[in-house]
Amino acid sequence: MQAIIEIENLTKDYEVGFWRKRKVRALDGLSLNVNLGEIFGFLGANGAGKTTTLKLLMRLIFPTGGGARILGRDIADIAMHNQIGYLPENPYFYDYLTAREFLEYCGELFGYGQIERSKRAADLLSRVRLEEKKWDIQLRKFSKGMLQRVGLAQALINDPQVVFLDEPMSGLDPVGRREVRDLIAGMRQEGKTVFMCSHILSDIEVLCDRVAILKRGQLANVGNLDELRQRAGDRNHVEIVATGSDADTLRFHLPEGDQYQLTSTASGLRIEVADEKDIDEVITALRRTGGKLVSVQPVRQSLEELFLS
Amino acid sequence: MDTTQAAKFPISSETSRRGLIWRTIAIARNAFREAVRDRVLYNLVLFVLLLTGAAIFIGELSGGQERKIIVDLGLSAMLLFGVFIAIFVGVGLVYKEIERRTIYTIFAKPVARGEFIVGKYLGLCLTLLVNVVVMGMGVSFALIYVSSGWDPLALSIWPAILLIYVQLMILTGIALLFSSFSSPALSALLTFFIFIVGHFSSDLKGLATSMGSISARWLFGGLYYLLPNLANLSYITPAGHGQVPHVAHVAAAALYSLIYIVVILSVATLIFSRRNFK
Repeated sequence: MQAIIEIENLTKDYEVGFWRKRKVRALDGLSLNVNLGEIFGFLGANGAGKTTTLKLLMRLIFPTGGGARILGRDIADIAMHNQIGYLPENPYFYDYLTAREFLEYCGELFGYGQIERSKRAADLLSRVRLEEKKWDIQLRKFSKGMLQRVGLAQALINDPQVVFLDEPMSGLDPVGRREVRDLIAGMRQEGKTVFMCSHILSDIEVLCDRVAILKRGQLANVGNLDELRQRAGDRNHVEIVATGSDADTLRFHLPEGDQYQLTSTASGLRIEVADEKDIDEVITALRRTGGKLVSVQPVRQSLEELFLS
Repeated sequence: MDTTQAAKFPISSETSRRGLIWRTIAIARNAFREAVRDRVLYNLVLFVLLLTGAAIFIGELSGGQERKIIVDLGLSAMLLFGVFIAIFVGVGLVYKEIERRTIYTIFAKPVARGEFIVGKYLGLCLTLLVNVVVMGMGVSFALIYVSSGWDPLALSIWPAILLIYVQLMILTGIALLFSSFSSPALSALLTFFIFIVGHFSSDLKGLATSMGSISARWLFGGLYYLLPNLANLSYITPAGHGQVPHVAHVAAAALYSLIYIVVILSVATLIFSRRNFK
């Protein structure tokens, strides 16, 4: 695996207080690698250090210790920024510019000529599904969701190899979220590496190849979801839903033991078994009691459970 | 840096060097566009109204001094309006970008902090140039109007206008320097203070030589060399009398100002390059 983002012992202290200054550690010795073509999810509660990490990588703030490389170049190397894109959290742009003018300005900063930047701006505004009639309206009149789309477009103006997204779904309605999710999934098809922070765990779960969980500035866990589940001791439960039988009757026909958890719900009887080998016993007991099998499905620990564990 | 890894992702440093000028120009153009859309140039309307009023009414009251009054009033208003723009727009140039976090998207792109500072500076200088040129043309037309024909003053005031513009360029640099580390209110106050003291720099030199205490001599001597000598760039009163500054004077003033601006922009860049944008 080729590491595209290499973070080594990255540390950031902030000074707080007016007269008596004291140091608060926002990021504590973060080390991790992100590989080529990965969609990497960066999770953490508010104040965990996610945005601080992104700001350090973008050189908006300077590290107290450690360092990082992107595309094999030190983050202090400005030329490296030709190959990256960044969407900040709650983006705010020049409100006196129109969406088209802002994207063209961003293109100008990458040195594209007038024709090239106009083309890129139009392509990207279409790609983020911003209505064409809104392209020439000043950004001060844009809603949060529309600004988010413009933010995504500006992050892609240079067709970057690595894209950093800080809460890309923020401010979007369900349709917008779906569209942005598809857009990010499309980046994977194009071979881009995506490093995204998000609070919306379902999106991270669907999109990301690997995730890192940050707690109080320290890396709590990193890996793909299956690895994290194993580390968290996920026992691969199976959930069986049945109708036409009740919990007491079924329990009478099941072998003795606490491997069966029976719960009556509005949609029927829910039986949770700790191991796949116990499924047959449940189905046999159901047949004996005249019950009807509705579904059998594995229950995996969700990212939310991993995040909270 | 891991050079082997970097070699797998080649990024042309040639493009980067050439891009320095493009990026600076792009930032300058955007700063100019911001000033125009924020209606900074609307002050020209006020200026034109002021000058039209002067041309029509004051000339009749001044007993043949109307041309001098128009030059005095026009160039003084030009300086005053320019100072207000240089200070109030200048101190917000960087601060607004940090406060509104627009700077995040800019520095994620291949833009050096120095390029940003210089670009912003040039953008405001361009705004002031348009302002000064339009106002200068207004004064020239007013002179032609009150003279009821061609007036040599309409042309001879332009070297004085150039010196006013140079003053405004210095002041813009100072406002930008303060705004790279201070709040807008304090930056505006300090810049205005320097504008006032800069017009009395010969007095500072006089104080430095006349003071008894060595520390006071050092203080006033230091201030004399540290603060810009704006008195040397002020030629409004002689311009009203039809006097034209010597070419050598204008050239020396321009060279002094250029060096002064380069130094303050370098200091601003140095300070700004170390700032954390929390």
